[in-house]
Amino acid sequence: MDPITSFRGKAVALNQPNIDTDQITPANYTKVTDKTGLGKILFAHWRYKNPAFEPNPDFPLNRPGAEGATILVAGDNFGCGSSREHAPWALVGYGFRAVVSTSFADIFRSNALKNGLVPIAVDPATHREALEAAEQHLELEVDFPAQTITLPSGRSASFPVDSFAKRCLVQGVDELGYLLAHEPDIAAYESARKK
Amino acid sequence: MPAPRTLFEKIWNDHVVWVEPDGPAVLYIDLHLIHEMTSPQAFAGLRRRNRPVRRPDRTVATVDHVIPTRDPNRISDPAVQEVLAAIRRNCAEFGIRLHEVGSEHQGIVHVIGPELGLTQPGMTIVCGDSHTSTHGAFGALAFGVGTSEVEHVLATQCLLQRRPKTFEVRVEGRLRPGVTAKDLILTLIARIGIGGATGHVFEYRGSTLRALSMEERMTICNMSIEAGARAGLVAPDDTTFAWLEGRPFAPRTFEAFRDLTTDEGATFDRSVSIDAGALEPMVTWGTNPSMGIPISGAIPADASEPALRYMDFRAGEPVLGHPIDVVFIGSCTNSRISDLRAAASALKGRKVKARVLVVPGSQQVKRQAEREGLDHIFREAGCEWREPGCSMCIAMNGDELREGQYCVSTSNRNFEGRQGKGGRTILASPLTAAASAVEGRVADPRKYL
Ligand code: SF4
Repeated sequence: MDPITSFRGKAVALNQPNIDTDQITPANYTKVTDKTGLGKILFAHWRYKNPAFEPNPDFPLNRPGAEGATILVAGDNFGCGSSREHAPWALVGYGFRAVVSTSFADIFRSNALKNGLVPIAVDPATHREALEAAEQHLELEVDFPAQTITLPSGRSASFPVDSFAKRCLVQGVDELGYLLAHEPDIAAYESARKK
Repeated sequence: MPAPRTLFEKIWNDHVVWVEPDGPAVLYIDLHLIHEMTSPQAFAGLRRRNRPVRRPDRTVATVDHVIPTRDPNRISDPAVQEVLAAIRRNCAEFGIRLHEVGSEHQGIVHVIGPELGLTQPGMTIVCGDSHTSTHGAFGALAFGVGTSEVEHVLATQCLLQRRPKTFEVRVEGRLRPGVTAKDLILTLIARIGIGGATGHVFEYRGSTLRALSMEERMTICNMSIEAGARAGLVAPDDTTFAWLEGRPFAPRTFEAFRDLTTDEGATFDRSVSIDAGALEPMVTWGTNPSMGIPISGAIPADASEPALRYMDFRAGEPVLGHPIDVVFIGSCTNSRISDLRAAASALKGRKVKARVLVVPGSQQVKRQAEREGLDHIFREAGCEWREPGCSMCIAMNGDELREGQYCVSTSNRNFEGRQGKGGRTILASPLTAAASAVEGRVADPRKYL
């Protein structure tokens, strides 16, 4: 994965709380053995009128001006429900680089960071302003190392990122590589427990 | 004197292999359960790195999510064939025990783990599945992980984890007749909300919990994730040990588990109490598990508009008496033998007025039910008696609702489209589901006791 630095991108709004992983990636479309190519099934039940993938014109991602959006602004508690990593795979596959909300479900947050998708949890006032900007498809700017998001008004707000996950993403450190480097400790732990 | 510790802290501390200041812990995992839906990409990652599975002896696989439950061997969907082929190939190549279709112990991953005695007090258990929280009923720290983490555990038997916070759920008093463990957990989720326990691990405590069976404790722990909690714990006791005794992989003695309790004086980050004696059977009216009400109640005045629209319900109305099309009795929440017995008790000698699927959680549950003649009761009442699997809990195997249908379901999620696009799910206990099947409407189970 390429290190994440700063990026600027068009925002799109999906103003609903508790968007669960069954909405992000309906289970019936997750019978796959690969992680790529899932952009098409993102929000499939909402985004398409039928299984033939005919677009539903009312869905925010299908509205004129929404094309090419890279930042999703959604309601509170985004990503609740199942542990399926298909959810961030599909968001990334569609082209999203960040999701802005007031909070995220635990497993989704962890899965997102592992795929370079930045979960941006902001205070309610910033969230309201981001939503307004996203309704108009305006651009937002994310400075990942500084952990700030800048709104069209020029106002900036900070967001939390797990310090270890940040180190991995900014420096391109691989989490599994980190674990593998601890193999001697793991082996020692195993043999101590056997006794 | 060491400082008093919670059960969670004891298990956590016991499994930390390494931790650096401000870093996540390298946490050792005792048991890794896998299934076909969330594992293929993890094995692909291992192959790319040319790594073996570190502890195939601590890894157990089953097939459950996509398995057809009418005839598990008749699969026409090529996507299903592909994911099944993948788990078969992966388990064979990496030396992992797979409980295959038709084998003695195939079933829903969270049903077979305990049933085999693989789930044990004090363990850390993970699975690429959010309802791994089920295993916490045995006093094991068990939680769901994503596929990247499945790969981490396959490769190293460890995970990088930040220590979650603790959340005490104290339940005192006795559940009234017709009120079940399912109603208790639906009450908790309605009270604290779907994200109410994010970042926390529940410990369920109090006299009510001590009096519950292992299967009831599993139902409660199972749905911990529906309040956002990473895991749910119940301290092991004689009920736990008696249930495990004699199971294929169960420990031979249980003495070592006796101090797996929260010490007197230990503190939790948060706490809530519930009076069990005041509870009623619960039903959900909306599109997430926190949208629940007592069966005699009405949909709240401030109910979510999109949820009402999806369900075609109105604020202020009762759910009781609403016509239904389908009843699903199954899932890792409520597909164990005691659940089937409860449903059968209400169905015995009666006829159902809806399409009813009864899907046992495992081959063992199925066989036990058949030994007790429960399958006859179900069939005579007009229900479909199926083979084990996740079935209409997640609707990946062809068992699904049609657009607009209402289903009273004993599963754990009423999200939009969870049981099929446009399908409307009402979560309830097996008793309530069976009573509703008899009436063809959402029914109060207390009439059928
Ligand atoms: S029964 Fe439902 S919740 Fe349980 S593991 Fe299967 S799909 Fe998941």
